[in-house]
Amino acid sequence: MEEAVKASTVRNAFGNVLSIFILLLIGLLAFSIRLFSVIKYESVIHEFDPYFNYRVTQFLTKNGIYDFWNFFDDRTWYPLGRVVGGTLYPGLTLTAGTMWWVLNSLNIPLSVETVCVFTAPVFSAFASWATYLLTKEVKGIGAGLTAAALLSMVPSYISRSVAGSYDNEAVAIFALIITFYLYIKTLNTGSLFYATLNSIAYFYMVCSWGGYTFIINLIPMHVMLCIVTGRYSSRLYIAYAPLVVLGTLLAALVPVVGFNAVLTSEHFASFLVFIIIHVVALVYYIKGVLSPKMFKVAVTLVVTVGLVICCAVVAVLVALVASSPTKGWSGRSLSLLDPTYASKYIPIIASVSEHQPPTWPSYFMDINVLAFLVPAGIVACFLPLSDASSFVILYIVTSVYFSGVMVRLMLVFAPAACILSGIALSGAFGVFTQSIKYNLFGTELNPQINTGDSDAASVAAQSEEIKTEKKEESLKERPSRKIKKKEKESVEKSEKKVDKASKKSLHEKRFLALPLEASVLAIFLLVMLIAFYVVHCVWAAAEAYSAPSIVLTSRTNDGLHVFDDFREAYAWLSHNTEVDDKVASWWDYGYQTTAMANRTVLVDNNTWNNTHIATVGTAMSSPEKAAWEIFHSLDVKYVLVVFGGLVGYPSDDINKFLWMVRIGGGVFPHIKEADYLRDGQYRIDNQATPTMLNSLMYKLSYYRFVDSDGRGYDKVRRTEIGKKHFKLNFFEEVFTTHHWMVRIYKLNPPRNRIRVKTKKAKTKSSTTSSRSTLTKKKNPWH
Amino acid sequence: MGKTTTTKDAQALFQSLRSAYVATPTNLKIIDVYIIFAAVTAVIQVVYMTIVGSFPFNSFLSGVLSCVGTAVLAVCLRIQVNKDNKEFKDLPPERAFADFVLCNLVLHLVIMNFLG
Repeated sequence: MEEAVKASTVRNAFGNVLSIFILLLIGLLAFSIRLFSVIKYESVIHEFDPYFNYRVTQFLTKNGIYDFWNFFDDRTWYPLGRVVGGTLYPGLTLTAGTMWWVLNSLNIPLSVETVCVFTAPVFSAFASWATYLLTKEVKGIGAGLTAAALLSMVPSYISRSVAGSYDNEAVAIFALIITFYLYIKTLNTGSLFYATLNSIAYFYMVCSWGGYTFIINLIPMHVMLCIVTGRYSSRLYIAYAPLVVLGTLLAALVPVVGFNAVLTSEHFASFLVFIIIHVVALVYYIKGVLSPKMFKVAVTLVVTVGLVICCAVVAVLVALVASSPTKGWSGRSLSLLDPTYASKYIPIIASVSEHQPPTWPSYFMDINVLAFLVPAGIVACFLPLSDASSFVILYIVTSVYFSGVMVRLMLVFAPAACILSGIALSGAFGVFTQSIKYNLFGTELNPQINTGDSDAASVAAQSEEIKTEKKEESLKERPSRKIKKKEKESVEKSEKKVDKASKKSLHEKRFLALPLEASVLAIFLLVMLIAFYVVHCVWAAAEAYSAPSIVLTSRTNDGLHVFDDFREAYAWLSHNTEVDDKVASWWDYGYQTTAMANRTVLVDNNTWNNTHIATVGTAMSSPEKAAWEIFHSLDVKYVLVVFGGLVGYPSDDINKFLWMVRIGGGVFPHIKEADYLRDGQYRIDNQATPTMLNSLMYKLSYYRFVDSDGRGYDKVRRTEIGKKHFKLNFFEEVFTTHHWMVRIYKLNPPRNRIRVKTKKAKTKSSTTSSRSTLTKKKNPWH
Repeated sequence: MGKTTTTKDAQALFQSLRSAYVATPTNLKIIDVYIIFAAVTAVIQVVYMTIVGSFPFNSFLSGVLSCVGTAVLAVCLRIQVNKDNKEFKDLPPERAFADFVLCNLVLHLVIMNFLG
């Protein structure tokens, strides 16, 4: 007997060491698969939003945390400015700032840019470990390791966390998974210590991302589900009630959320369920204390009195909520609940490409093989149904709905898909390997894989670990067969000891084994499936999601062309203009302009002021003189447009022009979209409407374009342009980049004199003009 | 006729409730007194807010939520310390109290920061 105990402890120790090793490998995999952009391009920050976070992190590292909380940015949204301390989710910048500070105090002199670029891969490794912990709580170690391995590679998560994508989601997904893990851990153990940790993890999530409202609505939903299905227990109360109180307080501490934590409808669900769980707890307490007859009496009494009070309270609440026009929800949350809301009322939210619903192929692109494994995982969660597995089922159902509304939320769906696929895969592997062992060695085995304390479970877990290790090693191209064979032998020896122990337990289920050939074939096919998944993930990471979008490349017959026009333009701006000059452009380029060119902009990607953006949109849609007036009133000196017609870059301002018209027209009614369309079609060739051909955007994009190839052929729109030869009266071209992708114009200074066209005044003007030429004042604009 | 049966039922109900409650151990009754104290303090603060007005809102919020928070944590402690509760029979009461103190520390740290 002692020998068996000793052997099992050795086996457990071996299993633990192996799983730690596997977790290290998974972390390394998650980190290295995101480094393709650094290898293919350079260590540069991608896209638009990360540039703002990078600029704020620079400010934090230079000026310290107190100035960071009070940071008022006057170089953007001119002349309004932006209160950064109160409108930024500080989690990401504080995390990166802390890492930079720790590394520098250890005398490892990494620059802020390097820390920012590599924050996302580091935190994706942490997220994989958090997924392991979460799935281990739901189903066991084998499922945990599989889910962690799947999450480290899933393309949807890679797309928002490559090296260089320094955005909120980089740390927020880690915070999300660890909050869920601590909630499930509290639910399983009933320990107040984990409840405290849960609240702190929730605080980190609130600091990091606006998607924290998903957590604070999902957890009350799960509590309601447990109560309604009769799974109320005191552990549920300990898991939920402290989280609501501490969580609301901690959420109110973050300046961006502030009092919204108690006043907006996104949080009402948590308070409602808070009250409900107290009522339920009281009911259970009284039920335990009284005899059944007395309990019935209590119920009838309470129901009559309580119903009256309830109706009064509910009426007051409904009146309060209905008095606000959006019923207390914010615009973004409403557009999630009602997908058509944004396109009707808030065109800015509707215009962002990340906010469009996804197409079916994007599901396959983003989660690939997991799309088939998720239904199997859902079924596996029902056998048996525990609190933790019901939570995972609810998580995946809600995240599937939200991912169907907005492509950006595929990111929240990815961890749920990985967890369920991990459960399904490890369950399937367990069944097949057990069948093989049964067929080869003909012994009765313990069929219950999920109980953590039986010896066969650890053996099964080891076999899963062997399989997952096989996956890791096949990726790393070091198949060490000797080691695997040795492990299999030790497994066989321990098998025989386990069988003697398990034969004693009679009350276990009869184990139904599959035939040997079917099991072997099935395992082979599963391994092939995972191999396809791995290949797809690596391909997606390398080809699809690693583009920094500030540097573009294309392969032609002459080799690799690099289009570095954006940085060229920003560098020109920072070297050839005054520090206080204002630059007007469409809001997409605001963050990059302030971060790289260090100039004040009118509007940027934060899009908090719709009227200001509409002003810029109106200016871009108006004829030259009206646009000059608008820009001059805002003290603008330079106008920047992005033009892709020469090289075929499709995301330029002419393609975005209709959105400018719509947003401008939403605030200034004299801009009508129909004026810019010919028969409902958007054209820039000789069939275009005169309003379109006279608009500032057309003129600034196509000024002197006919000089480039003689015909003015636009490669993106695939036609020749309508108006080819024209002059600019109010703007002056100052810079066009190498591939004509960014064009910068300077506003002409206001005229000294205004010509008045009457006969009498003509003679007068000639005399005044001669006098004014003599006494001409020095023009401050030159 | 119906009224007297309901009143008799109510009286019988209160009697049985009172007799059952008297039987609970003393340490649980102390925790119950603390819970009632915290709840009453929260109610007093809300009444004060309706009389005087809710500015500054963060002070009001932190005051009320601190009372509600300690009440909730005391309920959790009571659940864990209760000997009739089979789920927690191998949790030593000292550990439960230590968790309670830790959670209260975090709560009051946040409260003091938010109090303004």
